Amino acid sequence: MTRLFKELLASEFLVPLLLGFTFGIMCRIHLLRTDYRQYPTYPHGKIIQVALGVIAAALGSVAIPALLKENYTAVTFLTVAAQQFRDVRNMERTTLTEIDKQELVPRGGPYIEGIALVFEGRNYLVIFCSLVTTLAAVFFHWWGGIIAGIITLLIAKFLMSGKTLSLIVDIEPAEVRVEGKDLYVGDIYIMNVGLEEAQKVIQQHGMGMILSPKDPNAKVTISQPGQRQAILHDVSTQLGVYMDTGEPSLTPLAKRDMATGRLGVFLLPQVKDMEKARAVIGAVPILESVYRKPTKAKQD
Amino acid sequence: MLSSILAVITLNKDRVAGGAPIFFCSDQQEQQQIAFLLEKILDGMVHEVTADTLVIVRH
Repeated sequence: MTRLFKELLASEFLVPLLLGFTFGIMCRIHLLRTDYRQYPTYPHGKIIQVALGVIAAALGSVAIPALLKENYTAVTFLTVAAQQFRDVRNMERTTLTEIDKQELVPRGGPYIEGIALVFEGRNYLVIFCSLVTTLAAVFFHWWGGIIAGIITLLIAKFLMSGKTLSLIVDIEPAEVRVEGKDLYVGDIYIMNVGLEEAQKVIQQHGMGMILSPKDPNAKVTISQPGQRQAILHDVSTQLGVYMDTGEPSLTPLAKRDMATGRLGVFLLPQVKDMEKARAVIGAVPILESVYRKPTKAKQD
Repeated sequence: MLSSILAVITLNKDRVAGGAPIFFCSDQQEQQQIAFLLEKILDGMVHEVTADTLVIVRH
């Protein structure tokens, strides 16, 4: 037993391996935030993600020592890792889609895809972090590994912070008008409400926002129905929603003014606070799969 | 998903006919009451087609 320990401690790669492993796990925990979205759920969802992070860290830190020991087949491990983490995306997608069916205001497909994508991506970042840390520790002693680890942690953080809507749109409060059966937010037509009861509730609790795109790219991005659904979902989770099942007349909705590309957002929050709503909409993530840049087209 | 008309609630018998169940009402208050009830039961939204006709649609 003691001999085994001695051999283990004598291994030239022990310190790099441990450093890579530790920084990999730190990277995963660093990127694992449970915010207002309450996803991943605490604590079971978190355990799953941390466990996968540990596996990723182990894979990442083993790669370089394996190469240096001329054990080239060991590197094929990384392909197994890619396969493994693609399943993470599938798992997250399936879970969220199931939950979405019972949501008062659903997230919508593109939002779910975005979340699933991030979960997969973070595991690759962990591998990257471990890999770089181990590499630096092998070549520049243990302190080199620590410095490299800290730098990759910062890079990972930077890579994983997405853009938000406030960068591409101006958000202005607008009046909700109920003219008989017609519902407007500002000058944008939203829907036809036939029930007088619902019209009264909307008049009382409705809140309107108009999102004006700052450039032609933004115009395309906010026109995507998935992005609009993400806005409605985020506002509903943070400000509550004045609706219930079996009340289809009371549904938050976002409609587009086709002439100008502006978006009229009709909301039914529990907390009717314009400033908060504005901040919440501004912080809605721009969905990666939705973001377009038509101005970058070659035809220009 | 296709939207479908689940019911029609009208004050004017002469203007409606066809596949969906039709409810005739004598005044607007009764019409609103039936529409309210049907909305909750059918989980479909009430839309005003003309001043005297409401339809329940599931979106």
